[in-house]
Amino acid sequence: MQKYANPHVFVKLASVVLPYVWALTAILFAIGLYGALVTSPPDYQQGETVRIMYVHVPASWLALMIYSLMAVFSAIALIFRHPLADAAAKSAAPIGAVFCFLALFTGSVWGKPMWGTWWVWDARLTSMFVLMLLYLGYMAIWRAIDDPHRAASIAAIVALVGAINVPIVKYSVDWWNTLHQPASVFRMSGSTIDKSMLWPLLVMALAYTMLFVALLLVALRGEIALRKLRSKRLAEVRSK
Amino acid sequence: MSAVRAIIARDLRLGARQGGLGTAIGFLLALIVLVPLSLGPDLALLSRIAPGIMWLGLLLAVLLTSEQIFQQDFEDGSLDLMTMTATPFELIVLAKAFSHWITVSLPLAVLAPPLGLMLNINIAQVPMIWVAMILGSFALSMLAAIGGAVTAGLRRGSLLVSLVILPLYVPVLIFGIAASTSGLAPETALPSFLVLLAITLVTLVISPLASAAALKAYLR
Amino acid sequence: MRLVAKDICCERGGRLIFESLNFTVEQGELLELRGANGAGKSSLLRLIAGLNETSSGSLSFQDTPSEISVNENSHYIGHAEANKSALTLRQNLSFWAAFLGTGNVERGLAAFDLTDIADDQARLLSSGQKHRLSLARLATIERTLWLLDEPTVGLDQNSTGKLNDLLKSHMDNGGMAIVATHTDLGIKAKKHLTLKARA
Repeated sequence: MQKYANPHVFVKLASVVLPYVWALTAILFAIGLYGALVTSPPDYQQGETVRIMYVHVPASWLALMIYSLMAVFSAIALIFRHPLADAAAKSAAPIGAVFCFLALFTGSVWGKPMWGTWWVWDARLTSMFVLMLLYLGYMAIWRAIDDPHRAASIAAIVALVGAINVPIVKYSVDWWNTLHQPASVFRMSGSTIDKSMLWPLLVMALAYTMLFVALLLVALRGEIALRKLRSKRLAEVRSK
Repeated sequence: MSAVRAIIARDLRLGARQGGLGTAIGFLLALIVLVPLSLGPDLALLSRIAPGIMWLGLLLAVLLTSEQIFQQDFEDGSLDLMTMTATPFELIVLAKAFSHWITVSLPLAVLAPPLGLMLNINIAQVPMIWVAMILGSFALSMLAAIGGAVTAGLRRGSLLVSLVILPLYVPVLIFGIAASTSGLAPETALPSFLVLLAITLVTLVISPLASAAALKAYLR
Repeated sequence: MRLVAKDICCERGGRLIFESLNFTVEQGELLELRGANGAGKSSLLRLIAGLNETSSGSLSFQDTPSEISVNENSHYIGHAEANKSALTLRQNLSFWAAFLGTGNVERGLAAFDLTDIADDQARLLSSGQKHRLSLARLATIERTLWLLDEPTVGLDQNSTGKLNDLLKSHMDNGGMAIVATHTDLGIKAKKHLTLKARA
């Protein structure tokens, strides 16, 4: 792990690995989309619109997974002071936020034919909305603090506090939802997940994950370059 | 412990002198006026949403005063000196959050429900709301402290503080309202209050740790 | 008992301010800190006070009967006044006395001629008087090591004299002090340390 702490080593490694990651991403998307759009059956209740599930569900999985990863990176940054950890968390956040937005947007689009409205406050969408706020708050903290070292520490704390909050919010919102909708609500993913629907879902999830890895490597490379530039410029300005 | 007692005594005195509470009450009143202005004066509607509005008002009022918990001490160098004793900084931070509760959140929680009469709140609900708000106000102060600590060094932190704290407030709000309106569904009363208590205890642990860590990052 | 600093260095905002600093301060000694602005005098004082961290080296009290923390046994008087304008002078000093352990508030007030206005709110003070109130902490609560960042700035001659008297008696009683200053202190410093600004 320590070897990759050196930014130069990491950048070199990332440049080597990246083309393969992109290739894998493309392949997985091809397989997944084929499965989602062509081979998987339409739902007996929802018809063809169920196919949005293949975009929506993996997006929400990724949104949650990326936030957890952000929290892990933040913990590593605070405890071990690994130099790339806070950069990784910072780079992951916008990607996670976009997945979160995608989940919310596709959730809304999926809901329109089913509920007749563009938005409904069911437990999953509401929790995902709060997750979106957590992402936005985290990114705003990075922007608001001038000193990058200080920003890294504070952002890490915000990420960890948010991470503790995520399960509590999920539990609270689920409970709130049952309070206001005692009748059972049909689940967005359909009544049960048939095997023919499961494999495209998993492949799409893998595709999203590879996409995330590719984007993370690109963003991290960019962040490292940005920091190098900043310290160079700082030295120049201060020497005047 | 004398350090903790000294902080609480001083902050209580400062709270009384500098009157953050008055402004918070004013804000609450302003919010109450805006509600019928935006939704119409239909008493039946107001009565239904009154507990929710009162909770929102309490949340926002505490949120807006969160900066005062650490701002002054941070800016005039007192916070620096407060790290130069044997008393753990986390305890000192807890003492300051506690003082905020006593001087702002608790009085607001006590005053808010009667103000709900202006929104035609169901009188029978008021006692439950009172207890729920008083219990919940402690967690609100603890979480506000995290927000105040995380934005202590920033000039224009208010919106950022709101964005950071409001997601943390969601569980408190959900169970606070559930406890407040549990008169209508008594079987949810005890569980709601218990969860509210559990959330309070969680914030009691997390807040000093997170706030102290954030403040130290700013002090260095 | 002595204060020993070995190989300490200071980094602020990703920039190295100074490194490999070594010095010792014995009981009864005053170390004068000199250097141009930006050389790191304030950073060094804050580092000794425990407010900044050193990324390497060590700083501690040595030859003591039991382990004594530098941070908990120092006074740090920097540019910030650390006083509340809504409280009276006496209340301000009483708070610090209660917070930091024990103290003699009247002695502190008297040391800088603040007794007459002790019951007035600090918001009424001039900037020089506010500074005197901060310095009064030195005489209120007893701590071994005094870390003073340009303490004479904004003080009139009378008050500067009072500060020098205070420093002298602190030294005579076995205390230590590290003072950053641009001007000559009235009291003779045993040791000097000059920090050079890094390019």
